[in-house]
Amino acid sequence: MKRNGLLLYTALALAYAFLYLPIVLMVIYSFNASRLVTVWGGFSTKWYGELLHDDKVLDAAWLSLKVAVTNATLSTILGTLAAVVLVRFRRFPGRTLFGGMVAAPLVMPEIITGLAMLLLFVAMEETLGWPAGRSMTTIVIAHVTFSLSFVTVVVQSRLSQMDVSLEEAAMDLGARPLKVFLAITLPIISPALLAGWLLAFTLSIDDVVISAFVSGPGATPLPIVIYSKVRLGVSPEINALATIVVALVGVAIAVAGRMTLRRERNG
Amino acid sequence: MSRFRRLGRFLVALPPYAWLVVFFLIPCLIVFKISLSEAQQGIPPYLPLVDWAAEAGTRLRVNLGNYGYLFGDELYAAAYLGSLRLAGISTLCCLLIGYPAAYAIARAPGAWRHSLLLLVALPFWTSFLIRVYAWIGILKTEGLLNGLLLWLGIITEPLQILQTNLAVVIGMVYSYLPFMVLPLYANLEKMDLSLLEAAADLGCRPFRAFLAVTLPLSVPGIIAGSVLVFVPAVGEFVIPDLLGGPDTLMIGKVLWAEFFDNRDWPVASAVAVAMLVLLVAPVMVFQHIQHKRAEATR
Repeated sequence: MKRNGLLLYTALALAYAFLYLPIVLMVIYSFNASRLVTVWGGFSTKWYGELLHDDKVLDAAWLSLKVAVTNATLSTILGTLAAVVLVRFRRFPGRTLFGGMVAAPLVMPEIITGLAMLLLFVAMEETLGWPAGRSMTTIVIAHVTFSLSFVTVVVQSRLSQMDVSLEEAAMDLGARPLKVFLAITLPIISPALLAGWLLAFTLSIDDVVISAFVSGPGATPLPIVIYSKVRLGVSPEINALATIVVALVGVAIAVAGRMTLRRERNG
Repeated sequence: MSRFRRLGRFLVALPPYAWLVVFFLIPCLIVFKISLSEAQQGIPPYLPLVDWAAEAGTRLRVNLGNYGYLFGDELYAAAYLGSLRLAGISTLCCLLIGYPAAYAIARAPGAWRHSLLLLVALPFWTSFLIRVYAWIGILKTEGLLNGLLLWLGIITEPLQILQTNLAVVIGMVYSYLPFMVLPLYANLEKMDLSLLEAAADLGCRPFRAFLAVTLPLSVPGIIAGSVLVFVPAVGEFVIPDLLGGPDTLMIGKVLWAEFFDNRDWPVASAVAVAMLVLLVAPVMVFQHIQHKRAEATR
């Protein structure tokens, strides 16, 4: 029995090593003074300095941040409405279609979503004259379309586990449905809304394939800039950029984790 | 139901419903429409499906040639099978690495489980692109892995790993491992341990008990994890593009090349429709059946 346990924990340790070693190596080599990836030329932060003067990267990062925040907010609103519809409205015309449309983007290969969105924008531009070209608007629309399904799944599970008797009590006391939703339902499902928002934010700021279809020369998000650099090969600047992204994500997770922990402790 | 409440419900359902119809359903129909049209030089690079010719009246010009092309050219069948094969191998590797990990976490002391699980999910929150990129530096010919193996004296000449299918599999296993571990953990954690005690009391060896009790009970978790890994892996583009080589044939790469390099929108659309019919539709039907079964047993 003891031997089995040891074997099991070795397997677990190896799995963690597999997951983290590449990221750790990348972070280490971002401080490499040498331009060659495998040659250690001493400690240096010069690649970070160069990054700060790269306007293209900075613009792209700012655009990505704006897109991600807009996308997360819109997706959370639409995804929550969709979850309410799926959990609470048992029967209405077109329910099967609606359920299918919410579930499909989850299994749809990104490359097809991207292609479909671009073809829609081209057709719309031709017939309606809007949207003119690829811009932040087209990126946000495309991102919301696939993110809202993920938010719906997260909120849906929380909503279906919720104690309905609280809502019923409020209704019995004469509260209108909208008031019940705002005063009772929303606070109870708020952790799911936060989780959904963060998920939508991450999906958006990370997306390469869909953005490649719907972005244009005037609006290039950060992953597209990184992607075109990566295609040219490994460079210390990308290592530095990647390290900054990893650090930001780490800080964000630590803050979110602490917030949920505090919430749990407070009941 | 009062008319007022019905209006309220309508207003709640309208925004997401309208959004999904306009930005999801209609685009899919447009892809289907363009897959039936003929390519042309110009903008947009396809001919309209419905011809509004004045004298001949409206004429529908359906072109099945794009689909004929898909079936005629071996490239597409090879790419499709290549995607299934690489995704299948990656799923199997994820299972082999993920199962022991999920099992170890599920049997770890209760206070640790949460943190151990978080450690598995954490890489998912860092950029996917960056995680794939990290492997380029490791796997390339003058990369870190070859450096290590040369230094240890295991090999005398650097191995070509980057730009092979092996690199693609490594990248996919690395990227999708959390998707395998999380559902497996959820399944294994819920398992009734008294069943194992019963097996032990009856003289069953631990390994035998694992094969006879734990493994069959964890099949739903294995299926859920495998679907979560396999489906995105089949349609993957970034990993084969960055880590794979010229002989890495995957359907996502072919679609990309048709669209961006050849600018043949109708054929790209036909590839997309074929992918939807052959991949997405079976998965959705499967999930629907699973859902129905879960509801029936509840």
